Amino acid sequence: MSDEHKSDSVKQKAAPPVRRQATRRKFIRSVVLGIGVIGIALSGYLPVRLRASQRLRPPGALEEHDFLSSCIKCGQCVQVCPVLAIKLEDADSGFGIGTPYIDTRAQACDFSCDAGQCILACPTGALTYDKPDFLDHRKGMDLAHKPILKAKENDPEPTLNLHERMGVARLSRPETCLAVQGKGFSGQARGPAFNGKMRYIKVDRWKPIRIREHPYERELCDLCVTECPIKDAIRMEEIAAPDGRKQYMPVVLEQCIGCGVCEMICPVEPTAIVVDARREWKV
Amino acid sequence: MAKMSARIKVMFGAEPQKPMEITPAAQQAHGLKRMDKAEFEAIKKKARDEAVINHKWRNRRWAVLVACNLLFVFSFWLDIQILEGALTASRFVGFHLIDLNSALQVMLAHKHIIVNLFIGTATVFFLWALLGGRSFCSWVCPYHLVAEWFESLHLKLVEKKIVSDHEFHRGARTIFWLLFSLLSVVTGFTVFETLSPTGILSRALIYGPTLALFWVLLLLLLEVLYSRRAWCRYVCPIGLTYGVVGIVSPLRVLYRLEHCHHEGDCRKVCLVPHVLDMVIKGRAEDMEVPIGPDCTRCGLCIDACPSGALRYDVKGLSKML
Repeated sequence: MSDEHKSDSVKQKAAPPVRRQATRRKFIRSVVLGIGVIGIALSGYLPVRLRASQRLRPPGALEEHDFLSSCIKCGQCVQVCPVLAIKLEDADSGFGIGTPYIDTRAQACDFSCDAGQCILACPTGALTYDKPDFLDHRKGMDLAHKPILKAKENDPEPTLNLHERMGVARLSRPETCLAVQGKGFSGQARGPAFNGKMRYIKVDRWKPIRIREHPYERELCDLCVTECPIKDAIRMEEIAAPDGRKQYMPVVLEQCIGCGVCEMICPVEPTAIVVDARREWKV
Repeated sequence: MAKMSARIKVMFGAEPQKPMEITPAAQQAHGLKRMDKAEFEAIKKKARDEAVINHKWRNRRWAVLVACNLLFVFSFWLDIQILEGALTASRFVGFHLIDLNSALQVMLAHKHIIVNLFIGTATVFFLWALLGGRSFCSWVCPYHLVAEWFESLHLKLVEKKIVSDHEFHRGARTIFWLLFSLLSVVTGFTVFETLSPTGILSRALIYGPTLALFWVLLLLLLEVLYSRRAWCRYVCPIGLTYGVVGIVSPLRVLYRLEHCHHEGDCRKVCLVPHVLDMVIKGRAEDMEVPIGPDCTRCGLCIDACPSGALRYDVKGLSKML
């Protein structure tokens, strides 16, 4: 500025009002920038508020609000999952951008990792084995006891270190369920184009394979029951049909943790059984 | 200490002030340049004509930046597992690394700090305290690189008088930093992460493209058409967080008055030209002046200087050698 003063003494008198105006413009511009950026940032609250149904979070996730505040959006959970069940949310989820979720129908969490690797990977405790007491907690989310992983049933430690469920499975369209109709199933559970993976103990305990590479042959379709990775989470029950014939129906039990394998494996289109994310167990 | 506090004030948005005291040696240097004006102009012209402007530091920096980000990408894609995660938080061969600004947002929003979060944050704090603070911006941040490319487009359009640069008040960034921190505490959401082009770009590189990239594109368009490097200069709180770390960093750019011909080329290429106030004729308070903490240590000024008046320096190390 001092150079200008020296070189241009004529303009010196006229300069201050112009400069003052420039300063004022700059100030107004900065205020507009501030309102704009903060406004756009806060609009991220709308999707959080308006989203009707919540997404299924990975195992060990804190309650939704705590989860959104503690997740650092790094995706380390995505990277350790052996079946790549975890995806990250996009800008349309507002404050939830970059947070992990599981699209169960496309690829459920089948606990092929045996231990909840995603929980182990989480650097901030958004996914955790041991939730601190002072954080939010709903009663129906508690599991009666740690879930027993069928794949580890003969191991010295057969349980998963989980105390809460991710959600609960529900037979949403019983009329389309093959078991209810007394039908069997044979072939690839989700057709030849489905890319979902699962771990089959009898094939390879440590290497999940594509579901299309493992066709089934069942006289009565019970895939949701047999493929469920958790012990005592779902069972086939005999029910009496109105005309007195024998009928069967998969019944979800309290040990269901909401992993979504039943939803992924259900051969009916659209699926007859779904997982309600973050839903507590109601008797 | 008075000098340092002045530089810190400049980082938070204050206009650079002329120095209160100038050492006798520096006064003499300033005087010499005034006295032999014709001779000085001749030297200056010669230096400029003969200077070979290479892009040594820029090229090195781009290589490091690309390498860092590719290491993230390949750790996942090729499953080499060296640097797992994204720029917000990661693990380098098992050691937690957590971005300071992301960590701050999470700590303020969640109000509960687990051990791993603390360890990762402390590690990154020490790392960047050693390496220069805002050097994170220019040597690692993917948005910085993309913004640099779009900046050259902006400068071309300015040259052709198609657009002009609109400055904002630099204090806006400090206000943004405070507001985003306050919003985290009050709402319990990591509000800034919704907008952060650093996080968005890093995740898009590693986990695949997202809709959020349109937001990054919008920012880049704003920078091309309206205001040069607006996000990094006036908004990004990550820059200020690392700038604060840079206060204690021994790694900085050093200005040497005796080599300077005051062409001002350095200020033209600089993202934060207010830190180079001392290169203006008569402003340097000493024969050697370290550049303040808002400097991203990008080295563009070092490349641009025709007479080698600016160089990287490690505080104390040059004395020991």
